[in-house]
Amino acid sequence: MRFLIYRYNPETDAKPYMQAYDLDIDAGNMMLLDAILLIKAQDETLSVRRSCREGVCGSDAMNINGRNGLACVTPLSELKEPIELRPLPGQPVVRDLVVDLSQFYKQYRSIKPYLINGDPEPEIERLQSPEDREELDGLYECILCACCSTSCPSFWWNPDKFVGPAGLLQAYRFIADSRDQATAERLDNLEDPYRLFRCHSIMTCVDVCPKGLNPTRAIGKIKEMLLKRTV
Amino acid sequence: MSIAKRTFDAVIIGGGGAGLRAALQLAHADLKVAVVSKVFPTRSHTVSAQGGIAASLGNVNEDNWHWHMYDTVKGSDYLGDQDAIEFMCRQANEAVIELEHFGMPFDRLPNGKIYQRPFGGMTQNYGGTPVMRTCAVADRTGHAMLHTLYQRNIAAKTHFFEEYFALDLVMDDHGYALGVVALGIESGEPVFIEARATLIATGGAGRIFNATTNALINTGDGLAMALRAGIPLEDMEFWQFHPTGIAGAGVLVTEGVRGEGGYLVNKNGERFMERYAPNAKDLASRDVVSRAMAVEIHEGRGCGRDSDYVELKLDHLGPEVIRQRLPGIRELSLKFAHIDPIEAPIPVVPTVHYMMGGIPTNLQGQVVMPTQTGPEEAVLGLYAIGECACVSVHGANRLGSNSLLDLIVFGRAAGNHVIEYLKENPFPRPVPDGALDRSMARLARWDDKRDGITVDELREQMSKTMQKHCGVFRTEEVLQEGVKKMLEIAARLPDVALRDHSRIYNTGRIEALELENLLGVALATMISAAARKESRGAHARDDYPQRDDSNWLKHSLYFSDGHRLDFKPVRLKPLSVDSFQPKARTY
Repeated sequence: MRFLIYRYNPETDAKPYMQAYDLDIDAGNMMLLDAILLIKAQDETLSVRRSCREGVCGSDAMNINGRNGLACVTPLSELKEPIELRPLPGQPVVRDLVVDLSQFYKQYRSIKPYLINGDPEPEIERLQSPEDREELDGLYECILCACCSTSCPSFWWNPDKFVGPAGLLQAYRFIADSRDQATAERLDNLEDPYRLFRCHSIMTCVDVCPKGLNPTRAIGKIKEMLLKRTV
Repeated sequence: MSIAKRTFDAVIIGGGGAGLRAALQLAHADLKVAVVSKVFPTRSHTVSAQGGIAASLGNVNEDNWHWHMYDTVKGSDYLGDQDAIEFMCRQANEAVIELEHFGMPFDRLPNGKIYQRPFGGMTQNYGGTPVMRTCAVADRTGHAMLHTLYQRNIAAKTHFFEEYFALDLVMDDHGYALGVVALGIESGEPVFIEARATLIATGGAGRIFNATTNALINTGDGLAMALRAGIPLEDMEFWQFHPTGIAGAGVLVTEGVRGEGGYLVNKNGERFMERYAPNAKDLASRDVVSRAMAVEIHEGRGCGRDSDYVELKLDHLGPEVIRQRLPGIRELSLKFAHIDPIEAPIPVVPTVHYMMGGIPTNLQGQVVMPTQTGPEEAVLGLYAIGECACVSVHGANRLGSNSLLDLIVFGRAAGNHVIEYLKENPFPRPVPDGALDRSMARLARWDDKRDGITVDELREQMSKTMQKHCGVFRTEEVLQEGVKKMLEIAARLPDVALRDHSRIYNTGRIEALELENLLGVALATMISAAARKESRGAHARDDYPQRDDSNWLKHSLYFSDGHRLDFKPVRLKPLSVDSFQPKARTY
């Protein structure tokens, strides 16, 4: 199988280039990451992040034949050759398939991604009904792989000002939590022409999320809450 | 080479569940704490934990920590230290409630309390009926826990060295830990992180084996660092084979599947665990279930063309339960086995999953080792927590859902002890000349050597040898041959050379440094396993099929210097209750 992989080593390369690799393998049940590891065994200069190899840690997000995804849960058999691998778009490239995600993490931190509840702590758990808990499904499962935010044109243009789909999904995860008491503060934090409203519902985030989550819906709910608040 | 220095009150190596829990305790005490992690913290292997975390909350059935303690002692095949087990089980409720208060999104019961499910070996009334003790977030409990702890650390303003690879502990001549030298993966530059307390929380090392549920990052870095500092590793012969790894892929399927009512069948469709464990059946402890599966496969009752796996049946649970309680498993099964468990059983094999042994510690997480003057003393300023530590609560076999508990109970306990220790040791100790030399020599070695075999080649030899010679069933001949081979493989390390000597984000160099660590841990495992001439928990020998309490009710200690073994007694005396005396173990 033929692979075309984006290569860039800032120490030696004036500019990036695509390198071809051929593997004599049968796609079978192999995942893309398996093939990348075989290539890495041949050519140890290729840099890529990877950890869990089962789609829960979010390390090996990359652009695969033009679409963001996780290499470890992308079946080789579903990919057209030559398989083109590029780093996540719109982020500074550190080397090869490794990008600098500082802006992404900074936006995540900016939404205060932790439960805020000023009540005295009970000696048992804070109670939550199964229905209230269900509100968190489709939100808490985010693995911070950055597939969504780095496929979003609004995030490409304004990564310093627009929170991006991943951060906004998490903002709503805490707004939606019946145990959280900071909804007003969280909405204030997002009421801004850029932080939230740069989302134009292009929905590439929904399309690429490897966990099947829907940031656009979460963003819509935040917008709705802001609208209700002003009425 | 000059080396940058950063100074903190405490440094934690590893950003998984144990490391982040300890970091939180220290940050809440207004200490300057740094976490060094070779991956962004939420990429740590805790994220892969599925089924849940044990605590005798009794939200569904009557329960108490005495029963949990008994189950854990029995599960450990009596090798666990009963003071540590009492400590963990007593603290479990508080530790789990604390996670809920931190914001962890536990599943809920109709009354609003935390949802609990049955798990292997967890019973009521000292070995009676199965109890619902395992607190769960669907089948993504580790993910929810790790993200919650990371989020709390953001709030607490913990300092993170993200993507820094720890090279070696820095110690002085009096045996105090002074911090750690780490390599910035992106910059390729080393940094000395000085701290009055150093905590090792680097997790497991399943990658010494060829087939494992462990993440690719689980290379035993902290264990090898300890070995290089002259600290022994305890009970390294005990590696848990999880009964249900997806055949071929090695990806884990939680025991929670069997907790929710799933069961194993052989090629005849027989629910074979009824023969091996008439009471607990599929919810017997993991060593028992894995051995039963291996016997079924060995005797020709495996499924598939090559009769080399058994099947995990859960379609009878119905789509509702599978979608609500086991959605992650369904996703993994669809992706890695191309099977929808709502319709068909999942092919599974016992797969290396968890290391019961590790760096010996006391209940406060302090690293302990034998001294010339006494049986055991703390290494001052040095702590180990989580899977890399051996306190020992899991003994010869860990019960499912006790590992997440171990992380937070001992992460917190170590944090609390560090706070006191730092009060008594308010100033950094002088760093002796040459204390950083070992780290710099490690880096230089990989820079200097230009020709030789590849990292990948030697790593593969190691992992295949470990798989073949240190598997579910072990014999003297297989083990001794394994020791010989592993010594030969380790001796080839100086022949390995890098092709890539660049600085920036050189993952080839990181894998070479990891290989050094893996080899140290593999040798410790192989040599400890060859020495133990009995069957206990996960260590099963065909030639010594019985547990031998008169000779082997003791912990092993492996020192890398001369590959020497020592032993220490099991602490059978709990903190406040009567001992559970070793007896025959049936489920």
